[in-house]
Amino acid sequence: MSQAKINPLRQYVRWFDGREKLPHFFCSGCGAGQVLNYYIQALDKLGMDPNRMMHIGGVGCTARIPVYISTDMMHGVHGRTLAWATGIKLAKPELPVVVFAGDGDLASIGGNHFIHAARRNLDVTVVCVNNLNFAMTGGQVAPTTPLKAHTMTTPYGNAEPRFDLVELAIASGATHVERWTTSRHAQCAAAMQRALTHKGFSLIEIISQCPTHYGRYALRTGDPVKLMEWIDSQTVTQKQAEGMSAEELDGKLVLGEFLRVERPVFAGTTFA
Amino acid sequence: MADASKDRVLSGVHFMLGNYAAVEGALSAGCTFFAGYPITPANEISERMSQRLPRLGGAFVQGEDELASIYACAGASLAGAKAMTATASAGYNYMQEGLGYCYTIEAPVVVLDVQRARGENFASQADVMQMRWGASGDFEAIVVCPSSVQELYDYTIWAFNLAEEYRNPVIIMSETTIALMRERLDIPPADQIAVVNRRYTALPPEQYLPFKADRFGCPDAAPLGEGYHTIYSLNPHDEKGSIDWDPDEFDRLYKRVCGKIYENRHKICRTEPYLLDDAEYALVAYGSEARVAKEAARLAREEGIKVGVLKLCNVWPVPVEPILEVCKHVGKVFTVEMNMGKYCVEVERIAGGKCETGRITKNRGQVHTPAEILSALREGIR
Repeated sequence: MSQAKINPLRQYVRWFDGREKLPHFFCSGCGAGQVLNYYIQALDKLGMDPNRMMHIGGVGCTARIPVYISTDMMHGVHGRTLAWATGIKLAKPELPVVVFAGDGDLASIGGNHFIHAARRNLDVTVVCVNNLNFAMTGGQVAPTTPLKAHTMTTPYGNAEPRFDLVELAIASGATHVERWTTSRHAQCAAAMQRALTHKGFSLIEIISQCPTHYGRYALRTGDPVKLMEWIDSQTVTQKQAEGMSAEELDGKLVLGEFLRVERPVFAGTTFA
Repeated sequence: MADASKDRVLSGVHFMLGNYAAVEGALSAGCTFFAGYPITPANEISERMSQRLPRLGGAFVQGEDELASIYACAGASLAGAKAMTATASAGYNYMQEGLGYCYTIEAPVVVLDVQRARGENFASQADVMQMRWGASGDFEAIVVCPSSVQELYDYTIWAFNLAEEYRNPVIIMSETTIALMRERLDIPPADQIAVVNRRYTALPPEQYLPFKADRFGCPDAAPLGEGYHTIYSLNPHDEKGSIDWDPDEFDRLYKRVCGKIYENRHKICRTEPYLLDDAEYALVAYGSEARVAKEAARLAREEGIKVGVLKLCNVWPVPVEPILEVCKHVGKVFTVEMNMGKYCVEVERIAGGKCETGRITKNRGQVHTPAEILSALREGIR
């Protein structure tokens, strides 16, 4: 009998009842599956065992990513990922903690925890899959939705300017901040490796396509490839951005590694 | 970790503030983590914790809000800590969401709520129903209600022990009255304090099922990051921890999570009878009101009215049988409480016509005076 070739990365997939917890529940063409893939590649490159780590998802599509990884995991409450992480890191500082949060989870309901965890330089990695809307609930506007975009709750166009999560993280005190897109797989995996080895608060924001909701409502297409091309047209690398005027950069998101510095990490009040 | 028990347990006689006594009770019970957000009249708890915990090798954090505090406790608890937060009524509102999570994933945490009037620091017991069902979803609360500084110490130890025994949040229902009162406090020697620690599984990861327990049992815990790959999800989950929408799994989960508390109420509940042996009337009271009720009973007996008191040491789960026993032996049971009439509904339900019932309630920002109770009693038995 010939040996079937098994993708070695499948060793990191969660098992229930002697079966892989696959297929995942993401819509076809969703970026969350790609991010799961990039993240597992990063773990594999670093030789990190997710069974010896803690993964946290809140509520939303992105929050489901660690469900498919063989790891201890907290899940199911919207926006409180970094509050959980704070307790875990203070009680068991040696345990690596990785948070998967969507843009709604991290920047809307969890915004306060986000800025304070960054301010404290809590030693966690945050992977934010930013699909520009609330997807699991059906495509409502998020604090990351571009101005004038049409969503299920902005039928006349989004009236609010959006958060730039990179600027927000840097201003709050994060010590490692990067932004990439799902179309840049090598950069995503490399950024996650840097984050996993960084001592301090890392934010890896990944702009992702949502074919089911944001694509159809805001961009009139559910084709994931077209959406990834649209994201590419709306993003520029730091190097490309250098030669561009403020007008040219308006509405664009810059990609790259923005910050990686060492600063003491938060360990709670200590008595020395 | 400098955890010499003489630093942790301040054995001896003290004249201590109620809020401080709760801190000492927590430390005596082995509390290693505290997160809290400033709110009056609970501030002395986080202040003393911030001073005491780091010296004992524990961790203290002032959360950015109450949600951060309760969820940090959930995280710390799963990571193996004995975790506590403290707040007052308005802050307790915010914590319901996090409590709901802890109930569902069966994380032991201790939450102390110094009840106060809405927006002001006056005495109140108006949150007694919120203590039971403040969060959404199905669960059973354990709520202990101290009535003195000594009981703030004793019941805080009890609360930690119950939390670990049943893997459930336990609420300490404090009140402005006792939180800001100074009284005598006796702290016993460390070796005389019974402390319950978490039961961890002896099974290897491949055999371990994180939410498997008897019908009304409590599952054994597993350490984090040691290969047990458990999902701690608020979502309905089966005994494997897998998010599961099978109606039978819903049924099993919620019946067990509620049943492990309610069906074990005989082991959990404590009541203290006072002058009930020959009583013709009874007062049912909890918290600071129980102290006043006892004084009122003494005064009533001087007038020849045979009154006794059933002091409830915990209000949830409801001590059904002890209350029913009183109802069978007296002509009328009065519920004494500092709100518009909440727990009385529970007592009346249990009485079920076995005796008459009455309500002695008050929401004026003050504890009842013994004279007020006595006068209401006279009125009620006329």
